[in-house]
Amino acid sequence: MNPQNTRRTRSAWRTLVDHTATGLAILATLLVVAPLIAIFGYLVYKGASSLNLAFFTQIPKPEGEVGGGMANAIVGSAVVLAVASFFGIPIGIGGGIYLAEFGRGTRLANAVRFTADVLNGVPSIVMGIAAFSLIVVPMHHYSALAGGVALGIMMIPTVTRTTEEMLLMVPNSVREAALGLGVPNWRSVLSITLKTASPGVITGCMLAFARVAGETAPLLFTALGNQFWSVSMSREISALPLQIYNYAISPYDDQHRQAWAGSLVLITLIVLAVSLVRFVTSRGILKGAS
Amino acid sequence: MSQLRAPNPLADTPLEKSLAPSAVQATGQPFAETPGSEIPPVSAVRSYLLSCGSYAFADRVFGGLMLLCALSIFAIVGLIAVELVLQSRPSWHAFGISFFLKFNVDPATHLPLFWDPVNGIFYALPFLYGTLVSSLVALVIAVPLAIGVAVFLTEMCPRILRGPLSFLTELLAAIPSVVYGLWAIFVLVPLLREQVNPILIAIFNQPILVKTLGWTGLFGDNGLFGGVNLGLGLLAAGVILSIMILPIIASLTREVMSAVPNSQREAALALGATRWEMIRMAVLRNARIGIVGSVILGLGRALGETMAVAMVIGNSPEIHRSLLSMGHSMASVIANEFSEATSDMHRSALIEVGLALFLVTILVNACARLLVWAVTRGTPARVQ
Repeated sequence: MNPQNTRRTRSAWRTLVDHTATGLAILATLLVVAPLIAIFGYLVYKGASSLNLAFFTQIPKPEGEVGGGMANAIVGSAVVLAVASFFGIPIGIGGGIYLAEFGRGTRLANAVRFTADVLNGVPSIVMGIAAFSLIVVPMHHYSALAGGVALGIMMIPTVTRTTEEMLLMVPNSVREAALGLGVPNWRSVLSITLKTASPGVITGCMLAFARVAGETAPLLFTALGNQFWSVSMSREISALPLQIYNYAISPYDDQHRQAWAGSLVLITLIVLAVSLVRFVTSRGILKGAS
Repeated sequence: MSQLRAPNPLADTPLEKSLAPSAVQATGQPFAETPGSEIPPVSAVRSYLLSCGSYAFADRVFGGLMLLCALSIFAIVGLIAVELVLQSRPSWHAFGISFFLKFNVDPATHLPLFWDPVNGIFYALPFLYGTLVSSLVALVIAVPLAIGVAVFLTEMCPRILRGPLSFLTELLAAIPSVVYGLWAIFVLVPLLREQVNPILIAIFNQPILVKTLGWTGLFGDNGLFGGVNLGLGLLAAGVILSIMILPIIASLTREVMSAVPNSQREAALALGATRWEMIRMAVLRNARIGIVGSVILGLGRALGETMAVAMVIGNSPEIHRSLLSMGHSMASVIANEFSEATSDMHRSALIEVGLALFLVTILVNACARLLVWAVTRGTPARVQ
């Protein structure tokens, strides 16, 4: 075989491998996109056909009866998430301010950053156990407060890390301009730095919020769930993901229908939040901060 | 507070370095001119003015408050650990290390008996097994797909498609796990039971394969795909887990791949490499540590995933070799039994399972973070 020929076959072989690899990568992408479209399509199809006004206005009917809605679960989710945001977001932002403004480059800040990342990966069910033994056991009662605390703990690391990254994007000259005008440091951090970075910080908070809004596991034995109206902090409370879970594993068709409707509502809320975040960040509103 | 500022105000670096803040954070030790002392990246003049101004007290209080917020993260991890250890003590005292290793034998049927809350028998072996096997199945499915997607998105994708596709993978990450579970119960499980499993069973029960490779224990009636085909089980859990961890692995892998400098790619192309050879030699080779890190991070997520697994794994504390058999994972047993635990020992045993899960995921996540960090350290911090 002459060298010209070998080179040609080698080249053909390399082209073939190149095309195969491209094909495989495209195939992988299709395989990943397929389940997403399947999930969304099925969800919209099943959910839209099961949604009705009663779903938003009525509380669940007794087991086996047709009809009823998830009004109490929607309100319950709002209550639990409000509790979670009430102390998860301020503490998270505070931690982020410390990392970006005070502890920059110190060993302590690196440790906090690392711990936050690790805490982000701790399973949500473990947070549920922690909230159970911290709040439910001393109170002798499942409660909305315990559910809120469990979710709030989960928000802190996410909010801390995004706040830090957003604050780091604020140029130093802005800080120095404020300090040069004689503004005290704390005031400059709050009214100048944090304010400049506020679109990004809000984005981070909404991402954390969207993430815990769909969490079920930490609520299973903290908020527990409730078939009736309740907005009390110290009582069991229902939540949308909990209700979806209970209905999904129940034997009744009508409850399955409502589980689909509930999932559609939940996902619509989360997707709205995420797309809003993406819209805000892609529109360059953050550009003022960089 | 004050020791965080520069101790000697007028010594060195009279002007603020005008480095981008993200680069300061990324390089780790930004201003280490003097060895052994940590100098924060603020100018000496600024820190001097701050320490003697009339607002020094208010500033110190504010800084202290923020420090408290940051320390609360340590406090949370500590509190979780302490609570889990305290609450799981009864079970630890009763069973010791054999909690994770041993099992009883049912006197009537001579089958192993692991978990019987009514009779007070608590051995966690089947949960470890279920968690491990379902996560491994998930990784086997998800890793090649995720790397394929990442390669496609970073190296091959037309610019128009890049935005929508990465948005889609982000959406996949935003779906709550209970919705995945719902979809798995009503779509995935029937699909597996009627379409996929019969094919797998037929392949793995081929007489030739059973005869020649039967000694591996993977084929035949006692093999990976033997037994009753219910749809529910370890395989279903693994498949739904793989769909859930795909976006995490894919997006991190993408990040690591884009951290590879373009000069590497150009060098490979200039030497006459085809696109795939360039990806293999320049991109994948340079990013391999980060890819391993992102896979481990995905593993951490799979280990701790609760609701979707609890809904399809079958929830029976047994150990079978077959992937079609029912199982139980560490997270799913807690989700299923915790709120209706029959005794204090039952609850304590469940908390001990939770403690094990906590420790394992912390370990896995710490490893993964260190690996990913080691690779992306050189590039500016990116906003997720």
